[in-house]
Amino acid sequence: MRNLLIFITKYNAFFLFLIFEIISLVIYIKYNSFQKATFISSTARVTGALYTQVNGAKDYLHLKDVNDSLAKENARLRGQLKTSFYKDTSAKHEVNDTNYKQQYTFIEAKVINNSINRRNNYITIDRGTLQGVAKGMGVICGSGLVGKVVFAGEHLSVVQSLLHKDSRFSAMLATGKELGYIEWSDDLNPHKGILKDVSNNAQPKLGEAVVTSEFSLFPAGIPIGKVSNLHSRQGGYSLNMEVTLAVDFSKLQYVDVVVNKLANEQAGLEAQQKKDE
Amino acid sequence: MSRIILTNLVRFVALVFLQVFLLKNFTLYNISTPYIYIMFILLLPFEIPNVLLFVLAFIMGITIDAFYDTPGLHAASCVVLAFVRVLFISITVQKDGFDNEPEPTLSMMGFRWFFTYALILTLVHHFFLFNLEVFRFSEIPYTLSRFVLSSIFTVFLMLLSGFLFFRKKERK
Repeated sequence: MRNLLIFITKYNAFFLFLIFEIISLVIYIKYNSFQKATFISSTARVTGALYTQVNGAKDYLHLKDVNDSLAKENARLRGQLKTSFYKDTSAKHEVNDTNYKQQYTFIEAKVINNSINRRNNYITIDRGTLQGVAKGMGVICGSGLVGKVVFAGEHLSVVQSLLHKDSRFSAMLATGKELGYIEWSDDLNPHKGILKDVSNNAQPKLGEAVVTSEFSLFPAGIPIGKVSNLHSRQGGYSLNMEVTLAVDFSKLQYVDVVVNKLANEQAGLEAQQKKDE
Repeated sequence: MSRIILTNLVRFVALVFLQVFLLKNFTLYNISTPYIYIMFILLLPFEIPNVLLFVLAFIMGITIDAFYDTPGLHAASCVVLAFVRVLFISITVQKDGFDNEPEPTLSMMGFRWFFTYALILTLVHHFFLFNLEVFRFSEIPYTLSRFVLSSIFTVFLMLLSGFLFFRKKERK
């Protein structure tokens, strides 16, 4: 017993190392999936408040870019106003639309923390469950797809951006409608993604748009990027191609969280189907 | 004694702020990112008890994790770093050689010793950090190039700050 104690005190550094290393690794493995890591993350009270403060100061540096993008969006929206269409019938007919009910609504949010230079990038936004954000919702911005909510706090939420090793979204080629899925390219370039598993029948062209498909969290047709290289990786029975992303993640300021009103119903039905099988 | 505690407290806060609000947005060619915050652990005084060293390293790591949204990742790397620090110091420095509470700084220990010290400890820390973060065999070339280039960047910043706070030797 005494010898054991002497042994332990003599090599105390090693035993301390073991203890602390095991604690950290347990935290890393257990909380890395972002399920319960409320107390060590950027939505926690202290870190969240600090990020909000610093971001307030940073905003001034981006005012010009934000103004430009808002002006562009204004112009685009103005183009969709009724007043900007030419009326070519004189008879007045009213459309009381009962066929189309709104399926998607959007919650605007401000980015208060963002990164693009790590292997797994997360974005923190200033909307939470109180405003209706929930885990699993899609996130887009003016220029295209951004990511998916992985953790919703009361006032803040964390979004797993497309620039993440586990991010994978259903996508399709805009003209041919061939399905595939989009991932971040593994050379860590924040402007490049890879569209994978497109069927061999597709004939993609350079510069063709890639958009979200009907099977994603998003409304179909949200832009993702443009095909920039057809021969990036050979995938055997399917085509893989390199895509230049439409969103500049380094300049992300405002995003929209996509609320799908039918999501619960769909999830419930699909769970039912799994149970039946 | 209280002066040492105060210095280290200020250094802790300053390095966390520097790392989280400035260097987090900092990257060269998407590959090289500096993690200068480990300098806090490197510069703790020689005679610190091992328990305290490991606790401080763990706290430093978990603080950075809170801001980087990676619970446990930096903490694990910092604990490895603390262990390597104990080994390195026990090999290269004689126990009774220092009397007026010296810290392992550039001005105290000279360029050659400090450079080796910083280089080896940074390499170990970064190797552990990047491999724990990615952990995929298919990405080993990228991980290794990130590891090497980031280590160079970090050591460069450490030497720079070492010269910036260089004090003439107080020992006669």
